[in-house]
Amino acid sequence: MDLVSFAVQLLNGVQYGLVLFLVASGLTLVFGILGVINLAHGAFYMLGAYLAYWITARTGSFWAALVGGVAIAFVVGLLLEEIFVKRLYGRDHLAQVLLSFGLILVLDEIRHILFGKDVHSVPAPEFLRGSIQLTEVLSYPVYRLAICVFCLAVAAAIFLVIQKTRIGMIVRAGAENRDMTRALGIRFDVVNRYVFAVGIVLAALGGIVVAPISTVFPGMDNQMLILSFVVVVLGGIGSVAGAAIGALLIGVADSFGKVFMPNFSSFTIYVLMAAVLLWRPNGILGRREI
Amino acid sequence: MSLLAVEKLEAFYGPIQVLRGIDLALRPGETLALMGRNGMGKTTLLRSLIGLVADRRGRILLDGKDVTRAPPEAIARGGVALVPEGRGVFASLSVVENLVMAARPGRRGKRAWTLDRIFELFPRLRERRHNGGHQLSGGEQQMLTIGRALMTNPDVILIDEATEGLAPLVAAEIWRTIERIRAEGVATIIVDKDFRALSRLADRAAILSKGEIVFEGTPGELAARPEVLERHLGV
Ligand SMILES: Nc1ncnc2c1ncn2[C@@H]1O[C@H](COP(=O)(O)OP(=O)(O)OP(=O)(O)O)[C@@H](O)[C@H]1O
Ligand SMILES: [Mg+2]
Repeated sequence: MDLVSFAVQLLNGVQYGLVLFLVASGLTLVFGILGVINLAHGAFYMLGAYLAYWITARTGSFWAALVGGVAIAFVVGLLLEEIFVKRLYGRDHLAQVLLSFGLILVLDEIRHILFGKDVHSVPAPEFLRGSIQLTEVLSYPVYRLAICVFCLAVAAAIFLVIQKTRIGMIVRAGAENRDMTRALGIRFDVVNRYVFAVGIVLAALGGIVVAPISTVFPGMDNQMLILSFVVVVLGGIGSVAGAAIGALLIGVADSFGKVFMPNFSSFTIYVLMAAVLLWRPNGILGRREI
Repeated sequence: MSLLAVEKLEAFYGPIQVLRGIDLALRPGETLALMGRNGMGKTTLLRSLIGLVADRRGRILLDGKDVTRAPPEAIARGGVALVPEGRGVFASLSVVENLVMAARPGRRGKRAWTLDRIFELFPRLRERRHNGGHQLSGGEQQMLTIGRALMTNPDVILIDEATEGLAPLVAAEIWRTIERIRAEGVATIIVDKDFRALSRLADRAAILSKGEIVFEGTPGELAARPEVLERHLGV
């Protein structure tokens, strides 16, 4: 493999890893702060992709899809927390798994009723459609680079909020000592609602940004859900920084795995996960750090 | 009227009853010393008052409002703050962050305590403001938890083991600060092993034994009862 195709594979892996990070960071936040295992997280990734398709088809504008999709996902998150999820706090994992599995079925049925089983494509925004010519035969799509930049910006925003804002302080304090934080008057019923909604938005954002490169199809959530869980476990449950490391590792492993061992590409991911967990059973960044 | 009125309070950990019918009243601005031997229920009483012991029965009135079944965040917003046993500094937050995360106007919009005033009260915390909570000495941690409690602009602070494990000089500084907080009109319930320091400071003293209040009166009255001191405090 020459240097240029190596670089292209690496870039693909990083881009995939960054999208994985968006989705997985939402999952790990919800698990770390609400203590809820959300099996339906992948379904919100799918929701984002279908919203991207639907709004782009209506308005012709991908930007409208980005803004509208985020807004809709946020409201859906707030409503679901209020109606269902808040009943799960402190309940055993079985109840959480049952409810979120039920959500998957309902969301998938709604998807089926509204959009059927067809595969849809979403056009990338006009000015991001070209590619950069790397060599005579190799080129790299601008839109994929744009995904990288966008995901990095979102990642930076997440870290800024967690590290620099009062909300971030409260979230970190709550992860460390929930009782003490409540005894200082912090209302976790409110904090939880917004954290859940933000978690859903992050999943949907992942779906929105990949829609133009991956097509939108039923079942697209399965692979993403499994990989997000792998990333969360790998990085350390509840750790956003860990999810960033885990997602990039998985992204790159997947990308090179497909090249070097095309028949075992998903295999490389699980070997990586097993190796990391043997080395650090609690994941790369363990617990109790956000 | 009482700021805090406790009637027949019982508290349980599972099947184990720890508080057995506590009656207690705290007036605004009053300083109450809570004493008793190990394991008699002092911590449990303070944690029940702020709602952290889930299974509690009887009645707790905060400024006339029934908070017996209220969650901790509601009681805290009603004007109660806790300085817990073991201090409970957030180790992953810096000193400033520990203070800022708790900042809130008190009831009736009271904003007596700000970051600046906490730093004025504890100059040591200003020096250490960018240090992590895990880098502080025991004394600094205690200053931080007291400062953090003040940031909520409370009407009453519950201080559990105010000077436990602190060197005498540091303990003296903590007592001076509590004196200043008292002068600001904040009521306190203080648990500590230092009977003399508490007697100088407190308006009233109460002694817990096996989950019941066995003495209540002024520090002077308590000093005049050597058999009570001997039996319940080992002084
Ligand atoms: N979480 C708990 N579960 C069960 N029992 C508990 C729990 N916490 C305390 N206890 C018991 O309740 C009783 C009162 O404990 P508490 O901590 O309130 O006493 P204390 O007066 O604060 O003691 P100390 O002076 O040692 O701090 C003790 O017998 C203790 O063993
Ligand atoms: Mg105690």
